[in-house]
Amino acid sequence: MRRLRPETRWAYVFLLPWLIGLVIFQAGPMVASLVLSFTEYDLIGSPEFAGTANYARMAEDPKVARAIGNTVFYTLLHVPLAIALALALALVLNRITGRAAGAFRTIFYLPSMTPYVAVGVLFLFLLNGQAGMVNQFLGLFGIEGPQWTTDPDWVLPGIVVMSLWNLGSTTIILFAALRNVPRELSEAAMIDGAGTWQRFRAVTLPMISSALFFVVIINTITSLQMFDQVYTMFFGNQTAQQSYGDAALFYVVYLFQQAFQFLNMGYASALAWGLFLVIAAITLVQVKVGNRLVYYEAEERA
Amino acid sequence: MPHSPVNPARAAASALATVLVATLAACGGVGSGGDQGGERTGGAASLTTMGFGLPDEIAKVRVDAFKKANPGVALQINEGQFDEQAFLSAVAAGNPPDVVYLSRDRIGSYAARGAIQPLDGCLSEQNVPTGDFYPAAQQQVKYDGKWYGVPEFYNSIVLVVNDKAAEDAGVDPADIDTSDWNRLAELAEKMTRTEGGKIERFGFYPKLPEFLPLWAKANGADILSADGRTSHLNDPKVAEALDYANGLVEAQGGWTKLKAFTDTFDYFGEGNPFVKDQIGAMLTEQFVVTAMAGTTPDVAITVLPFKDRQGNPVNNVGGNAWVVPKGAKNPDAACTWIKTMTAADTWIAAARARADKRAQEGKAYTGTYTGNAKADEVIFSEIVKPSGKKAFDDAVKVIRSVQQAGFVVPQSAAATEFKKAWEDAAIRVLQGDQKTADSLGRAQTEAQKAIDEATS
Repeated sequence: MRRLRPETRWAYVFLLPWLIGLVIFQAGPMVASLVLSFTEYDLIGSPEFAGTANYARMAEDPKVARAIGNTVFYTLLHVPLAIALALALALVLNRITGRAAGAFRTIFYLPSMTPYVAVGVLFLFLLNGQAGMVNQFLGLFGIEGPQWTTDPDWVLPGIVVMSLWNLGSTTIILFAALRNVPRELSEAAMIDGAGTWQRFRAVTLPMISSALFFVVIINTITSLQMFDQVYTMFFGNQTAQQSYGDAALFYVVYLFQQAFQFLNMGYASALAWGLFLVIAAITLVQVKVGNRLVYYEAEERA
Repeated sequence: MPHSPVNPARAAASALATVLVATLAACGGVGSGGDQGGERTGGAASLTTMGFGLPDEIAKVRVDAFKKANPGVALQINEGQFDEQAFLSAVAAGNPPDVVYLSRDRIGSYAARGAIQPLDGCLSEQNVPTGDFYPAAQQQVKYDGKWYGVPEFYNSIVLVVNDKAAEDAGVDPADIDTSDWNRLAELAEKMTRTEGGKIERFGFYPKLPEFLPLWAKANGADILSADGRTSHLNDPKVAEALDYANGLVEAQGGWTKLKAFTDTFDYFGEGNPFVKDQIGAMLTEQFVVTAMAGTTPDVAITVLPFKDRQGNPVNNVGGNAWVVPKGAKNPDAACTWIKTMTAADTWIAAARARADKRAQEGKAYTGTYTGNAKADEVIFSEIVKPSGKKAFDDAVKVIRSVQQAGFVVPQSAAATEFKKAWEDAAIRVLQGDQKTADSLGRAQTEAQKAIDEATS
């Protein structure tokens, strides 16, 4: 066996706390949930082996289909919009120089500091179809706004609107990438007669493609795991749970309901593994596709 | 949106971290399940509660009574609303609170799974006069013939009319009678006010989906058999009732607008929808009325019984109960606690304290509606005095009169799933997703399946 170099050994020593945490708090529960997903378990009694019954049930459960539909719909709307908007914000931030720059960067990041629960409650007020400020604003232009919080066709778009309020992290990552684009490249292109759009398209975008790729993956994953705000808005108390039906039923919300409302912990574990596999698959596809589109500075492109 | 580098497995892991803890702990809990001995630390027993707070004198007086009678018990009240996740995790981890305060309509689900203990032994040892509790409240805390909880409050449903809306519609509020469904529909439309697509006043709020069992009962149908085994959601009379109540909502502006409108209401503040003339009439629990006696004593309302189509009052009652979870460390102290909190004497003392406080503030005391009929008799004959506010004095009489008409949806092993099934069915109809018969048909299938699985 090849002997580890002393530096490597020390590296592992320093990694140890994290590794222990990984095994106990991440890998452990995941393995436990995998085992539970093949059992019937109500949290009170002991788990009983149920074979693949939970997975079979998933395939038949109309609510799972609805929850997947809602979650995918949200993800498809949220990810492109969030990244386009965040990129626009980052480009604006990148133009601001001098003393004001720090202040603006802070302001753009502020929404990320707000607890999700508070955001959910706030937007329930803002989006209210009868008295909310969003519709009052639309009213200024003579538009009669939809019933964002109660019309099943508008609940998901309303949640997307809410999600676009908080772009702090994505903006910061893209902004940092923009700062790293060497000015010479842009200047050289300008001398060659490239216009603003051409420079953005041919210089800036390829240079930040690795950051873009990263935020696409991260945003996709968090969208598929959407829970906090939606739960606060539409499932947070008994009245809320009675009032909105499945219009805002996201996958993780349904998982939570099965686990803690209906005490089907085995089924909830199966749902969790279903989600894990789907996310793993999507991420794999994204990495494969990304490898073709993303430019890393270290590599030579053919 | 990203907030921290995210592990792709985060959702799975976070939901299931709890599971691992639960599993490990459950192994320890099952073996010690039969242990009934109280845990004694330093010679004194301890008692931990969950789901209960100390918002007012009604709670404080009764807690003080317990403390005074049981000075040796170290009482720890974990204030806050009942949280099913916290509760179940604690039970699964073998470290539950000793006594829990939760909504009575969940008792069946927890009892069937053994998450809470039967209290028959406790009630007989402590000589609790169980006959003092209202029959409907008794029915709601029993499962499979055993007592699993002891009822606390007894909330009745009444019709509250905004006098101004009735007069605008040319009707004497006292003459409104919900037994004639055609006239009620006409009145609802007359009391509604809209301006440019915006709802100004919701004429008659039937409180769907929450009150579907009440509407079904008004139409002569029970949604669940008395033994809790057979769902009757597909009874045509249930469909007829839902169709009618949904029709009321549609005629007044549609669910999406009306629901958004009612979401802006603050029932317990000085700007409640009756003061603001935003409601013509609505079905609601009596605590909305008693709250108004404190916040807006001069509001012009008339409280009436909700009548079925034969003209008899119907009232779907509810409230909280005290239960003892499986694995409670000190079930004896829990039992004493439950007895004290729900005894007639304690309730009467609490009601006196409330009446004194209201008198000091110069406000009317409109009574405390307990699950203990014997306590209520004393409270309403000796403590509640005419306040001079006719609306509220009459309201007290009406609420008292409908208490005997109280009914509950019978307990079932799948109480949670059953409730979810009919709520979702009503929502699908209100949202226009599905026709009434189809929606209730689906609910019937879902509900019956859940009941069969939970009881087998």
